[in-house]
Amino acid sequence: MARMKFLCDAERCIECNGCVTACKQEHEIPWGVNRRRVVTINDGVVGAEKSISVACMHCSDAPCMAVCPVDCFYRTDDGVVLHDKDLCIGCGYCFYACPFGAPQFPQAGAFGLRGKMDKCTFCAGGPEADKSEAEFKKYGRNRLAEGKLPACAEMCSTKALLGGDGDVIADIYRERVTRRNKGFEAWGWGTAYGPGAKPGAAPATAGKS
Amino acid sequence: MKRIAFLVAALFALAGCMEVEQTATGAKAGKYQGKPDTAPWSNDPLAAGPKWNKGDRTSWEEQIKKRQLAQHEDRRIYQ
Repeated sequence: MARMKFLCDAERCIECNGCVTACKQEHEIPWGVNRRRVVTINDGVVGAEKSISVACMHCSDAPCMAVCPVDCFYRTDDGVVLHDKDLCIGCGYCFYACPFGAPQFPQAGAFGLRGKMDKCTFCAGGPEADKSEAEFKKYGRNRLAEGKLPACAEMCSTKALLGGDGDVIADIYRERVTRRNKGFEAWGWGTAYGPGAKPGAAPATAGKS
Repeated sequence: MKRIAFLVAALFALAGCMEVEQTATGAKAGKYQGKPDTAPWSNDPLAAGPKWNKGDRTSWEEQIKKRQLAQHEDRRIYQ
């Protein structure tokens, strides 16, 4: 059974925002709603700048599903987390629960009106008739029903963003990392937090009294 | 005195009558309450595009896996 996931390779992402544009175009997303966005750290620092494309990660144990007071979330057989906009009351609990900031709320009205939640659907539409006008208006295009993968991943120019079954895309990423031949620095603690202090160096005491 | 006591008792009795059930009927907490969705493989494939047998999950998964592996350009280039 497939478990659809996204995986973004920070070594490859060039912050072109092509995935964001593809998503906006494919689903005709209104102004102010960003189902996908590119996050950059160390912006402008040579050699240290890293970018990653973030959207709903379709969690296996999704916190948005856990906190929704009207139980409008469901998980498809492929592991895609979707929701029914006819039930959503726009309370925003899912936004506070999500560690990725995936839920979006259109704010088109006066007095800070918050509309029904909108988020990445893994291009799987929603609980309306597949490929119908109603489905497209509420949730966007249903590419999975057309036998395709999400538009953001399929159009990524550097193939930094991978989409598909978690096992398959993890294998692709693992092969890439092996080919890079960085040894133990390929991923793990050292890559995430740096090489650490040299042996014999005085322990860091900054911030301690 | 009896009259006051009777009124207070009546008030409490009426307050009890006003208590409304707070739980939704027919709904199971923690269960999806919306409309059912259809699986992607239950659709006809497009005239021009990936092919699978309608309703056959295995054939849909096979073609989508091919599409996933197409994202691996290292394998495409070096083989």
